[in-house]
Amino acid sequence: MSKIGIIIEREYLTRVKNKTFILSTFMLPLVMILFIFGSVFFAMRSREKQRVAVVNDPGFFRNNLKSDSSSVIFDFTEGVDSLNYRSKGYNGILYLPEGDNKTNYELRSDKQFGLEARGYIERQLNKAIENNMLQERGIQKSTLDSITRVSDKSVQLDNIVKEKNGKAREANAGLAYGVGFGSGILIYITMFIFGAMVMRGVAEEKMNRIAEVIVSSCKPFELMMGKIIGIAGVGLTQFMLWIILLFTITTLMQFFIPHDTLVQFQEIQRNQQQIPGGANNTMILKILEAKTTLVEGVNWGLIIFCFLFYFLGGYLFYAALFAAIGSVINEDPQEAQALMLPITMPIIFSFIILTSSLQNPNSPVAVWASIIPFSSPIVMMGRIPFGVPDTVPYWQLIVSMLSLVAGFLITTWFAGKVYRTGILMYGKKATWKEMAKWAFRKA
Amino acid sequence: MQNLIEARNLKKYFATQKAVDDISLNIAKGSIFGLLGPNGAGKTTLLRMITGIFYPDEGDILFNGKKFDPAADISRIGYMPEERGLYKKMKIGDQALYLARLKGLSRAEAMIRIKEWFVKFEMQSWWGKKVEDLSKGMSQKLQFVTTVLHNPDLIILDEPFSGLDPVNANLIKDEIFRLSREGSTIIFSTHRMEQVEEICDHIVLMNRGKKILDGTVKNIRQDYKEDLFRIEFDNPVLPEHTAIHLFHVVSKAEKELIIKRNEGFTTNDILQYFINKGLGVHSFNEILPTLNDIFIRLVETAPRARQFETVAQ
Repeated sequence: MSKIGIIIEREYLTRVKNKTFILSTFMLPLVMILFIFGSVFFAMRSREKQRVAVVNDPGFFRNNLKSDSSSVIFDFTEGVDSLNYRSKGYNGILYLPEGDNKTNYELRSDKQFGLEARGYIERQLNKAIENNMLQERGIQKSTLDSITRVSDKSVQLDNIVKEKNGKAREANAGLAYGVGFGSGILIYITMFIFGAMVMRGVAEEKMNRIAEVIVSSCKPFELMMGKIIGIAGVGLTQFMLWIILLFTITTLMQFFIPHDTLVQFQEIQRNQQQIPGGANNTMILKILEAKTTLVEGVNWGLIIFCFLFYFLGGYLFYAALFAAIGSVINEDPQEAQALMLPITMPIIFSFIILTSSLQNPNSPVAVWASIIPFSSPIVMMGRIPFGVPDTVPYWQLIVSMLSLVAGFLITTWFAGKVYRTGILMYGKKATWKEMAKWAFRKA
Repeated sequence: MQNLIEARNLKKYFATQKAVDDISLNIAKGSIFGLLGPNGAGKTTLLRMITGIFYPDEGDILFNGKKFDPAADISRIGYMPEERGLYKKMKIGDQALYLARLKGLSRAEAMIRIKEWFVKFEMQSWWGKKVEDLSKGMSQKLQFVTTVLHNPDLIILDEPFSGLDPVNANLIKDEIFRLSREGSTIIFSTHRMEQVEEICDHIVLMNRGKKILDGTVKNIRQDYKEDLFRIEFDNPVLPEHTAIHLFHVVSKAEKELIIKRNEGFTTNDILQYFINKGLGVHSFNEILPTLNDIFIRLVETAPRARQFETVAQ
């Protein structure tokens, strides 16, 4: 086996055989699921019911201010004032003086109302004013109610995108958003985790003084690349295990779905229509439908390929820089912090661009950030689920991939130069300026 | 005798120091070569060039008669740096196996040799232990084993005995002699002079990046002798015995003199003189300087601490 192969083997095996690897592989998805459920749970809990007493003398709002039994309840009881509203069981008291001046309205409470509750109250007040004015101008209450019934239902907009081959496809923006955000954040997190792993590994070899022993057996570059590739293997192994885990869980889930429900679902799919009332198990039908949309709504082959490409490319691009830092630091972990800033900044910045480009995947910022290798691994993965080549034209994808490859060749070259000097230098921490000098000096 | 290493005008300048400044040296095949020098003399930099870790700024190195090619020749070298290093969390056996394979041994071959060495050094029970469990002396032994495991032609040992008790130091010393007899060339870098006199055939003394001494231990001591003699007598020495132009007295005991011979006279002249005086000479020996004396004399004439300087590159 070649020397670099032996080094890759060691870096890979020592990490994969480690207990923390096995633990983190199975714990991380669990933690993420807990995190999602936890935040949903707390979001639900924080929507507590608010009882609001309304002081509105002529009863101008009495007819048109609608309560929502789950969040805000308006109550027009007489005899409530700012002194006794608490003892009468209200969370707040709303003063609505007569007149058109909306700025005079006032909500008093002990505790501050949540943003959502306040938003609801404001919306209802506007709506009530609007309805009042319509009724004053002669619109019947019944007419108004029938209009409200229709306008309260929110519109479901199906965005039909015409593909090059003429076939129309329903673009599922929500799904694309979810997949884009998920893969972007996954690359973001793993870049940090595995980048830091490379940096720690290099620093450890330097601290242990084993680096000098190893580089008397192989080239420093081989040692650095062996470590980077070995850890990339660890990352890919982890992804693979996650995919297998996900596949196993979804397959197992099907065994728990009753057979006739499954048949029913296939029936629905074939006929392309709901059978009203026939479904006795609507929940499971909905899950199955969601799963089908998930599987068919996105080009998974392309996404997985791109994900692996951008994970590897982005990782190689940054891991080399992390290795360079690892080679110049000494015992003090503070030194690493200061040197890491120029590397972590672009990663964090690309994450910020990711969130904005998910809203608008074709904005100039999103397009440029998905081509420049500093941010492309994260930002491009946010855009790809919106469709290739509709949202991301082929030329952008190709230029982005090529520049990422060129980018990591450059960072690896630079890191290799810094590494071979840094790994044997003790005492003084190098600055980025000195590192640049090492890079352009003959060995 | 053929040379394993021939270095010609090696130079390596760093930003603030001329670490190695125009050094040429030959190391004969099968010899034990001592590289001496005070701290900061440039020994480690020179060794790093010989092991291919650094490229010289100028000059070249011949390895076995051919131009030194790190990629190919590196597996023929075993280097034990002064700053010892091992992976703390890795098992001893795995670690030895890893380092041996990096030197080009196959897994099976490496396994056989490691087991041999572990038996020889009574380390069998260590196999599954981690380096962090070892004492300093133990990890030193492990480091030595990993250095010589692949039967290198050239073994470079930087302070191999530091931190070892006398028993283990002797164990390693015997191995060094055995490896040398079997044809390995050994470079031995140290500032412990008594070990050098005992072990080395040939030495080079470096100071401030330059070579200031080069030769066999015997020749160097001859070159630096100061015509000192120790004479022991059967009878007490009286003051009138020493009033002579042949020598002057350096120190004097009851029946013993240490003298420095004056120029133009031979030892026979001195012996003749004492015999004529009727003093029985019990023994007559020349005092040769120890390497330690020579080292201190040569290095002390230079400023003690190395100063930083600006190097025009």
